[in-house]
Amino acid sequence: MNLRSSVKIQQEWDIVGARQIGRDRAKALGFGTVDQARIATAISELARNIYLYAKNGKIVFETIDDLQHKGIRILAIDCGPGIDDISQVMEDGYSTSGGLGAGLPGVKRLMDQFEINSEPGKGTEIRTVKWVR
Amino acid sequence: MNNNLKKIVVENSDEIVKNWLEEVSKNRSNDYTSAISDELFQSTNREFVNVIFTSVDQQGITTELDDFSERLINLGWPLSYLTEGLQAFRRVTIDYILSQTEKVDSEYFANVLVMVDKWVEPIITQLVNEYSGSWEHTVSLQRVALQELSAPLIPVMENITIMPLIGTIDTERAKLIMENLLDGVIKHNAEVVLIDITGVPIVDTMVAHHIIQAAEAVRLIGSTCILVGIRPEIAQTIVNLGIDLGRFPTKSSLRKGFQTALELTNRRIVKSDDSEESIERLLDSLNKE
Repeated sequence: MNLRSSVKIQQEWDIVGARQIGRDRAKALGFGTVDQARIATAISELARNIYLYAKNGKIVFETIDDLQHKGIRILAIDCGPGIDDISQVMEDGYSTSGGLGAGLPGVKRLMDQFEINSEPGKGTEIRTVKWVR
Repeated sequence: MNNNLKKIVVENSDEIVKNWLEEVSKNRSNDYTSAISDELFQSTNREFVNVIFTSVDQQGITTELDDFSERLINLGWPLSYLTEGLQAFRRVTIDYILSQTEKVDSEYFANVLVMVDKWVEPIITQLVNEYSGSWEHTVSLQRVALQELSAPLIPVMENITIMPLIGTIDTERAKLIMENLLDGVIKHNAEVVLIDITGVPIVDTMVAHHIIQAAEAVRLIGSTCILVGIRPEIAQTIVNLGIDLGRFPTKSSLRKGFQTALELTNRRIVKSDDSEESIERLLDSLNKE
């Protein structure tokens, strides 16, 4: 199996493509339907953030399969404007685009691991992992 | 010079065609054309090369080329077949012309290149334009078809309307949903409108946001919006995302939502005395006698 693949996010429909790949990957790894939906939703949020704020970026999928662990790692990488105050965007209800402001904190709750690195003016990289249980 | 080269090519077309056919058939086994029958492949090749020669001979785009490309598009031949064929023609022709000339200096060589390019380029451009035109046409037709499907509104009974949503919701579709919903509520004089999301694969914050806005707008014009068809996994992701859907009623299935809608409009489903039952009663009474 191809362990690593990535999808470019440039248009709104790329979000659908990324989410479909994520869902297929998750299914192949043995995630249940609820976790598949969680992963697909998380990808949807991450990809939409790229589309809305950075305009251009990519979603990278990695399959983790060693002896103890099995899971999927999803990276969202862009070279957009970056995030000034990370603790602020991780608050529920904070949004700069008039949305619900549940995106990033939501992704954190949907996934098992969540890491965010951002430098204003350079870009943002978000790394998340979901383990098969 | 110009006409000389053309003469060489046209007069020796048999030889060039032979070389070309060899060149095209060479890497056939390992590409897309391997699924096409030999006979069809050969006849298409022959037709293709005739079209190329007619085009070279008449110095421009011919009706034969138009017809040929239209037919290939309809049959679904890949564009790469044509472009590769034309590249092969360019290689073969240049080779042939050079092999026919005794003295080759760089000026002559450059002239041959320019000449052959002049023959091949317009054909490539024409073919690529026609192919991409046909793709664009297909995409635009599909977009129209998709738009027609995007937000249907069904007035099931007086005062109750249903909007079933199937597939991904993007920004454009969300706008359509809102417009159709509000138009429909006014037009059908609906008191209750059910939005069914059974067929929506993912409900992320954007989709939820649009649904909340639509429901809020429906509430503002005096009707009630019920969200139905929330599958268990969608319910869990909505909770994880922390989305508050508490401002309007939600139900797991369209059936339950419809019952609530009937209650809200002070109606209920009553079983009518069906004929089967009365026949059974009649039979029972007959048996007793």
